[in-house]
Amino acid sequence: MGEAIRIRASLQGELTEIRFLMPHPMETGQRKEAGGGQLIPAHFIQSFSLTANGALLVGGQLNTAISRNPLFSFYARGLKAGDRIAVEWIDSRGDRRRDEVIIAAP
Amino acid sequence: MLPAEAGDVDRLRRLLLKAATAGASAGVMVAGDLLQPSAVLAADWNRAAFTATGLSEAIRAAGASGSSASGGIVIKTVDIADNGAQVPVEVISNIPDSQSISIFIEKNPMPLAASLTFAGGAQARVRLQVKMAESSRVRVVVRAADGKNYHASREVKVTLGGCGT
Repeated sequence: MGEAIRIRASLQGELTEIRFLMPHPMETGQRKEAGGGQLIPAHFIQSFSLTANGALLVGGQLNTAISRNPLFSFYARGLKAGDRIAVEWIDSRGDRRRDEVIIAAP
Repeated sequence: MLPAEAGDVDRLRRLLLKAATAGASAGVMVAGDLLQPSAVLAADWNRAAFTATGLSEAIRAAGASGSSASGGIVIKTVDIADNGAQVPVEVISNIPDSQSISIFIEKNPMPLAASLTFAGGAQARVRLQVKMAESSRVRVVVRAADGKNYHASREVKVTLGGCGT
């Protein structure tokens, strides 16, 4: 479900910066339809995980207060070219999405 | 840092979008949603904490009470946000053995915005964008491995609220 998560992992010596964008409307449930006045139901990513070679790096729980198309940056030590970085989310409707990249040589 | 921050986010968004369409990102996309979802999603969503409408209730439900103020938590954000729909916030915890970072927007209808737990080689550091309904203090609570909580906060003025977006 949903559009592909865009993941970038860049080796910076000891540290690897991992940035990812999860395309998602992140509806707050407080927004009204244009013209109408009907509330658009809340629909947002509730949990995500960031893993390296299957091992958890970051687990996140989110609320509607995270901006539309959530963009995150994290840093991790000990990663190298060839490692598999995966991001997975599940939203308030139970939809999921998982994507991964392999870290390129710097 | 105000316009630079916003510009950075926009530039990164464009970069990520371009990389995805060109298939030329720093990493190679190896799989889409054909892969089975793994079982490593964060623990069940903390409904009580996220739906709490009062700050103290949200803090209590998130297990973030009894914190001491700490200078070891760095909160980078803007002093004035023109657009409350997208306020950049970066949190860096220099507290040893930090395990989690929780971010509360004190005046939002539901104050708890995000809770992040760190494992493996991940640093206790995050950059994200939040919606702010009105000018508010942003309060960060860090939990260390010994179970102690620490907090720091910063005021952000919002020109145009972001909850209806």
